[in-house]
Amino acid sequence: MSTDVRTLGAPFAVARAVTGGVRAFVRGRTLLAVVAIAFGIALGYAVELINRAAVNELSTGLATLSGDADIEVRGPRTGFDEALYPLLAQLDGVAVASPVVETDVTVSGRDSALTLVGVDVFRAAAITPALVGATGDRMDALRGDTLFPSAAAASWLGVHDGDTVDVAAGRATLTLRVAGMSGGSGALRYAVMDIAAVQDAFGLRGRLTRIDLRASPGTDVGKLAQRVQALLPPGLVAASPQAGMAAAARLSRAYRVNLNVLALVALFTGSMLVFATQTLSVARRRPQFALLRTLGLARGRLVGFVIAEAAALGVVGALIGIVAGHALAWIALREFGPDLGAGFFRGSAVVLGFEPLPMLAFGTLGLLAAIIGSALPAREAALASPAAALKASDADLAAAPPSWPAWVLIATGAAATFLPAVNGLPLAGYGAIALIVIGGILAMPQIARTVLHAIRTPAYVPAQLAIAYMRASPGRVAATLAAMVASVSLMVAMAIMVTSFRQSLDDWLTLMLPADVYVRAASDSVPFTRDDRAALARIGGVARAEFMRATSLWLDPSLPRVALLARDIDPGDAAARLALVGDALRVTAGAPPPAWISEPVADAKGLAPGALLTLPLAGRAVTFTVAGVWRDYVRQQGAVVIERSRYVALTGDDAVNEATLWLAPGVDAAAVRDDVARAAGAGRVLTATPADLRKLSLAAFDRTFAVTYALEAAAVLIGVVGLSAALVAQTLARSREFGMLRHVGMTRRQLRTMLAVEGATLAGMGVGWGLVLGFAISLILVNVVNRQSFHWGMALHIPWLALAVLAASLVALATLTARASARTATSIGAVRAVRDDW
Amino acid sequence: MVELRHVSKSFAGPAPRTIFGRLSLDVAPGEYIAIVGASGVGKSTLLNVIAGLERVDSGTVMVDGVEYATKDDDALTVLRRDRMGFVFQAFHVLPYLSVAENVGLPLALRGESPAAGSERVAAMLESVGLAGRERSKPRELSGGELQRVAIARALVHRPALVLADEPTGNLDPAIAAQVIKLLRDAVTTNGAACVLATHSRSAAASADRIWRLTPDGLVAAQSGDVD
Repeated sequence: MSTDVRTLGAPFAVARAVTGGVRAFVRGRTLLAVVAIAFGIALGYAVELINRAAVNELSTGLATLSGDADIEVRGPRTGFDEALYPLLAQLDGVAVASPVVETDVTVSGRDSALTLVGVDVFRAAAITPALVGATGDRMDALRGDTLFPSAAAASWLGVHDGDTVDVAAGRATLTLRVAGMSGGSGALRYAVMDIAAVQDAFGLRGRLTRIDLRASPGTDVGKLAQRVQALLPPGLVAASPQAGMAAAARLSRAYRVNLNVLALVALFTGSMLVFATQTLSVARRRPQFALLRTLGLARGRLVGFVIAEAAALGVVGALIGIVAGHALAWIALREFGPDLGAGFFRGSAVVLGFEPLPMLAFGTLGLLAAIIGSALPAREAALASPAAALKASDADLAAAPPSWPAWVLIATGAAATFLPAVNGLPLAGYGAIALIVIGGILAMPQIARTVLHAIRTPAYVPAQLAIAYMRASPGRVAATLAAMVASVSLMVAMAIMVTSFRQSLDDWLTLMLPADVYVRAASDSVPFTRDDRAALARIGGVARAEFMRATSLWLDPSLPRVALLARDIDPGDAAARLALVGDALRVTAGAPPPAWISEPVADAKGLAPGALLTLPLAGRAVTFTVAGVWRDYVRQQGAVVIERSRYVALTGDDAVNEATLWLAPGVDAAAVRDDVARAAGAGRVLTATPADLRKLSLAAFDRTFAVTYALEAAAVLIGVVGLSAALVAQTLARSREFGMLRHVGMTRRQLRTMLAVEGATLAGMGVGWGLVLGFAISLILVNVVNRQSFHWGMALHIPWLALAVLAASLVALATLTARASARTATSIGAVRAVRDDW
Repeated sequence: MVELRHVSKSFAGPAPRTIFGRLSLDVAPGEYIAIVGASGVGKSTLLNVIAGLERVDSGTVMVDGVEYATKDDDALTVLRRDRMGFVFQAFHVLPYLSVAENVGLPLALRGESPAAGSERVAAMLESVGLAGRERSKPRELSGGELQRVAIARALVHRPALVLADEPTGNLDPAIAAQVIKLLRDAVTTNGAACVLATHSRSAAASADRIWRLTPDGLVAAQSGDVD
């Protein structure tokens, strides 16, 4: 027997039975859930793409500079004795050794420095061929007045073959001819010269900053590195080039990870929107599910269908998010570059790549967000008793889940804040925040129940009904508020953290900028000599001058170099110049001399006042006593301050590169700055007043946090939209109730009031609980995440006014949304809906 | 009590449909009538028109001396609240209120004092056989009990007119008979008029008069004519 009637296969028929009948009802919110997931994915994927592009470019650039070297020998920025080079070149197992000297030079007409790399072209050709300039005349590579810029540097300088570039060399200006381009495809800005020319012109005679080594075939590179290290004086490190790249990438890693986490916050609030959507639609379909369960649909299959329904939203959201993320990254790179505000990659020009792994990872995250958001509603659908659900007199009253898991999660989160960083990242801190937010959302029914029962029952009947409805449905209240609680808590936490940071930075600048004029050498290659210092001190109106030698050294080969600041400082009153954290230690006579370390150094080396610290100075290991820990918001890699007089005595280096000038009363700072520029020579110095530096610092802070604000705003937007959508959905779901109330004589105005009271009460509870959670999370951000990510301490400052305005705005918005949804409640559709079964 | 004169009602949309045209109906105070007719013929729409919840295209609607065409929505809402009671097929008892709160809802909306209201509610619940169930939640009640709550709510404020839309549609015959008797007795005791829309022959049989609603208007019918 044959038939023309075609039916869907059993699985499709059941799926349609589960998901059908509600599609029109949830269409708007489904779209919102998809958009929310897509939004979160797009932000996260775009941030990841930009970061990867930037780091890849940085690695490519560094790889160009390192070439085929197996081992790099590096030292402080001031360099080391070139006598080490022949020693290493003749070492057994070393096939080729290539000496390198690097320095930053000031280029006429440019406001930032150019890195000049001096190489021995015969040696470099064997290890770092990209650093050998391409030129028609091979002798150009040996001439002292020729320059081979990288493509990025040539573009930045706006020069081509044959053009000239003026650079500052001491008090003189050196004119260099562009004889060709250096190789490499990276976007790093540098220019190559002959090594002897660099040493001669920039006061580095007899000094090297790096030696590249290539091992002989068959040599164990690890063992060779150990042998090389054994020959090196303190402060020099023999390591693979990859270690240097890892250290460079590590410097920006915490910031990049923070941005990724922030982007994921938007995705998390998106999943809360899925949660709200699914909870409400599952409640709506309880009788439908009960019927299917009665007809024989197994509990597991019902759960599967509900989760599959959400997963479909996740897949669609993820696909849209990936495409949008790629577009967003492309636009961001084109318009703003790869920097993302923090300054790690400024000046680089990067190319967006195709990244299958992040694409897969973020796509999966979108799917997971949707599935996690639907897990609880699916469970509720499966656990509902079919008999009770079919009767469905209380279908709209979602039962509240038990609250103990919420408090377990919150307690676990609190405990996780005591765990240390993992590989320099505050993973436990992030975990703690996630646990507290999820726990906070799960605790919402209990919070709502407690608050609603504490509220005195109002006399006005519409308000009474509103409160009665919410008291009876804490589960529904929680579903409505999930996205809002998540976004408000995270937004409040970020607002408190950013305010604390900014205010702490402001306070710090006040303490660290006590003088009237600050002077800095424009590049490392042109420090201030003794004569320069005398000239600065003689400038009319200068009452007092203090000087500082800023260089860098290695405390640990696996970490970036830390800054060494040798400055004029009174050991008995270090707090007058440094933002000390805790008390200063007075170093007793006979003890090693004092050094004051910044928080990152204290954290990285586990040091506290009284501990001993060994610094490699002039090829010797010198022991200091840690006399205090100070806060430094400038040098993330860490800094050590020692007395300048002691530094000069230990190293013989009496050059300085920074000066601090106090002026006599009534002296015009602008006039002094002009005099300083004249005294030091054109283009050799940068001068600033405290006001300039404060403005620059706060502008840099705001630029750094601009992306943070944008990501945070995105999360809040999703949360607010989530609440609005949930309120509208509730109104739709309760149309029969409103229809009945209209029948028995409730006026439209009373209905609007009832819904407005509900909206205001819900938003009040959501915002209130969000504030509590947000404050708790801000403590984690300030004391754990920031501390472990950046090693920056800060004092807690709460932006009371901003939080009050935010809270009032959200409550007002929710009230207006709820009131606006009354249009549906008072429509003829609601009146006619009383004919439907509940 | 109810005067409908040449009332027409149609629904707009992709497929416009006339529900009834030039329909007239009179219901005297204390009179109990039943409207019967096929599904979808417009019985509920007629009740909504009488309740002032749907506006008519033409004709006049007057209830308790109030001409609807001259009144706005708020005035009709007040009229409904003060002078009418409703019983629905699906009970429509608010699940988050107790039995007593549900019954007292019309009184609360009229702004009556809780003390006076609770006496009336207690008396009403006793009259429908639900004394002692004041604090119960709707989920604890059977279908018959829920409809008793709905009847108590419809009559607690002593309305002049009760509109009942398929009040026994969700009940088994035995319970349905009890509910209809209760409704009839309660309406009579309270001196209210009642318009009952029903498919049920036994429910219609309890009425003083029976009207069949057809596309051409109302036609007098006997209980035996009910399907």
